[in-house]
Amino acid sequence: MKITRRDLLKMGIKAAAVASMPLTIEILTPEQVKAEIEKSDVRWGFLVDTYKCVGCGFCVKACKKENEVPYDAPVTRTWVERYVITKDGRVLADSPNGARDGFNDNRIRGEEVPENEISKAFFVPKLCNHCENPPCVQVCPVGATYSTADGVVLVDRSWCIGCGYCIMACPYGVRFFHPEHKVAEKCTFCYHRIVKGMKTACVQACPFGARQIGNLKDPNDPITKIITTQRVGVLRDEYGTKPQVYYLGLDDNVK
Amino acid sequence: MIEHVGTIVHGAEWTAKDLFVFPNEFIYWSIQIVMYPFMTGLVAGAFVLSSLYHVFGMKDLKDMAKFALVFSFALLIAAPMPLMFHLQQPLRGIQVFFTPHFTSAISAFGIVFFTYAIIVAAEIWFVYRIYFVKEALALKGKDGIVNQFMWLVYTLLTLGALDTSEESAHKDEKAVKLLAAIGIPVACFLHGYAGFIFGSVKANALWMTPLMPVIFIMSAIVSGIALCMLTYIIIMEIKKLVVVTSKRPGEVLTAENLKGVEMDVIKKTSKYLIGFMIAAITLELLDLIFRGYTAVKTWDILREVIYGKDFINIFVIQYFLGNLVPFVMLLLPRPSISRMVVALCLVLLGVFMMRWNVVIGGQSFSLTFAGFMHYHMPIIPHSMETFKEGLLGALTIIISPYAFFWVINKFIPSIKTAQN
Repeated sequence: MKITRRDLLKMGIKAAAVASMPLTIEILTPEQVKAEIEKSDVRWGFLVDTYKCVGCGFCVKACKKENEVPYDAPVTRTWVERYVITKDGRVLADSPNGARDGFNDNRIRGEEVPENEISKAFFVPKLCNHCENPPCVQVCPVGATYSTADGVVLVDRSWCIGCGYCIMACPYGVRFFHPEHKVAEKCTFCYHRIVKGMKTACVQACPFGARQIGNLKDPNDPITKIITTQRVGVLRDEYGTKPQVYYLGLDDNVK
Repeated sequence: MIEHVGTIVHGAEWTAKDLFVFPNEFIYWSIQIVMYPFMTGLVAGAFVLSSLYHVFGMKDLKDMAKFALVFSFALLIAAPMPLMFHLQQPLRGIQVFFTPHFTSAISAFGIVFFTYAIIVAAEIWFVYRIYFVKEALALKGKDGIVNQFMWLVYTLLTLGALDTSEESAHKDEKAVKLLAAIGIPVACFLHGYAGFIFGSVKANALWMTPLMPVIFIMSAIVSGIALCMLTYIIIMEIKKLVVVTSKRPGEVLTAENLKGVEMDVIKKTSKYLIGFMIAAITLELLDLIFRGYTAVKTWDILREVIYGKDFINIFVIQYFLGNLVPFVMLLLPRPSISRMVVALCLVLLGVFMMRWNVVIGGQSFSLTFAGFMHYHMPIIPHSMETFKEGLLGALTIIISPYAFFWVINKFIPSIKTAQN
């Protein structure tokens, strides 16, 4: 049999292809997959220091730009709320345009509260709580929203059918339909940034350090230290969602 | 102060916010999600009615049962349409079958819906199999494209089962009875799970109650029986009208061909209707009283919605016009056809308003418990979205089962039988 140069080349390519195939194919059982996922030594968590927040709205601006949420649409992945509690016990709260442009008017929905009548006033930044037991993931009929191994709740834009059940199921009102992609949208803790060792856009934009992100599984992480040694609170724990955004100085009046 | 928000975001066009509401909150579930449980309720009710003849042998309902069965199938085809109109990605709706995520109540839709569709389709096939065979044989070899097409359709519909003997007809009847009996619990499940979709949302103070699926089943049966009774009356009246108007000179009208609506059937069926109405209203009032009595944190805002913002919708239209008035009308002695028609229309209105008050009412207060949202249903559409999730979209859904029924009736004549 005569072997031409062409044949030799063909055989060479075939041999290379065979050699490059993995020698063994490992099939994982569901238990093994679960173990593999839980192996992660990272659990992203968030800390909001409400004493430091001044309501400038830089975080909201930065988030909208970083994550391409249409700037003028009345929806946002993160927002800041203002609370004014009067001496006679009334609770006034607002978040004009999600505080994208900050709070530059003393009036709350047209009402001016005289300074001597205010008993306390503060700002509260809000974002997805990346719950340990997320109701949004539970109710998604197609599994398009899911928790990652490191504890972040994400949405698969290519698989979401846009039924809105997750939006209904979230007790924190953090979800909405993206005006352009027409699928469920939410805060991702800037997953594309944090996995590369960067901070989230809102954390980076905050001039006062009111927002911090860190790894809750690392005892030496600055935010883990604060959460484990100081008095912190979470929002709406009565729903059993186990939220992972912790607040310093959380007030009883916060909705 | 009511602030109207921009028009780009889904839900913003028909939502008006009042007081403190989170930025991302809108009425995301609108008229189509009201239509969805209303339509599946009618499907379940119509099927239950047809089973009254097939399973419990109510002979008076023989013609009615055939109609109710085929009409139930037409309603069934229309039942997923509100969901398709509602989805932001309607072309991906099919993914519920590819990757069902079973912790979600909606993921069960595919399985429950198809199980039920197969039962109804199989029952129709057993009821009409011999008719298909006869038609196929009669049309064989006839000229003309229409005849050839109809021959092909009927030949396919026989599925090759050409036996028309007494014995085979008897087997068909047994199969029908079995399917009708299995179908009743499946129909209830189909609707009960629609209630579960709402009742299991812990974030929504108005929806979250284990009573929700049961309330939904009861009101579904109420609406289904009411629609079938109403359609029965209309068909029998049309039948009477046809007999009278097509009378040839000298022909004597007998009581037999003039009989119209059997008041006895209406009286019997209305007893079931009243029974289910009592069950539905009792459960709804129990839920309301329980919420008021326990008065947990959310009761403050719920009370404002129930006794304030939605008072007319809940107490005037749903409970008074939709429940109490028809209840009295059905109970009064010496029922007349016209009184029955009015009462049945009011019952249907009451059930529709119950769906409305759950779906829209559940979104009319904010998660902050310190603000409200008002739903302004789009009447005149100016975009695909305002058509789909507006009045015209809802009307399309209401009309579509009649269009499907008209097409199905070309091949499976359930009304002809009623008229002959």
